[in-house]
Amino acid sequence: MNTNGVDGLGLLGDPTRRAIFELLARHPCTVGELAQQLPITRSAVSQHLRVLKDGGLVVSQAQGTRRIYRLNPDGVTALRAYLDRVWAEALTAFGKAAQAAPLDPEQEDR
Amino acid sequence: MTSTPTIPPLTGTITVDVPVERAFRTFTDAFGSWWPAEYHIGQADMATAILEPRESGRWYEQGTDGSECDWGRVLAWEPPRRLVVTWQINGQWQYDPDPAHASEIEVRFTADGPDQTTVTLEHRQLERLVDGQALRDGITSGGGWASLLEQFAKAATNQT
Repeated sequence: MNTNGVDGLGLLGDPTRRAIFELLARHPCTVGELAQQLPITRSAVSQHLRVLKDGGLVVSQAQGTRRIYRLNPDGVTALRAYLDRVWAEALTAFGKAAQAAPLDPEQEDR
Repeated sequence: MTSTPTIPPLTGTITVDVPVERAFRTFTDAFGSWWPAEYHIGQADMATAILEPRESGRWYEQGTDGSECDWGRVLAWEPPRRLVVTWQINGQWQYDPDPAHASEIEVRFTADGPDQTTVTLEHRQLERLVDGQALRDGITSGGGWASLLEQFAKAATNQT
């Protein structure tokens, strides 16, 4: 396997970005709401949000005059979809093994 | 501590034409025989994966170089009906020893008859895996989980 996830580590490797990410995991926020909870300026928050957005972790949506930021729901959807596939395939492999492979004769707990 | 939104659990089910004891033993004792070897987290190629047959047992892979990597541990060992293990592989593709970040997999074995068993699997508390982790990013950027699971799915599909 050649995967290393370095890009992902880079994005959340910054403690402030991670803090923003975790705040957004709790509930969607505006830039101002995030800045209130963090020891940084609104413009610094905006910069971090831009990075998170470009990386696909965060999405934003205009609501009247406000812009609300939230975690990208597709990320979770994708996680579920993938794991769902994993288990479907794993169970199929298990089913084949259960029906094909004769177990060693010591398996007697009946 | 985490107030990450809940991710709905995953479920899967399969019916096999074997007695419940054999289904349980295949799933557990012979875990390494059916789990696709491509799907693993260690640096070395995976030689096998082992599910220790007892409560608090380890669930881990063994590399071809003899190294070991934990995946989780056994929470409930109730042969031949029920098994609960943790899944502690985080978005950076590493074992996370923090129990607060452990998702859970429950497997139930129901005898439909003397020679037929239905196996039901639930993978839950998935949100614990994403808490503070780069999991979402791994998915969206094509690294981490995405590639891992794609390769896994491919491997599983090609297996006959």
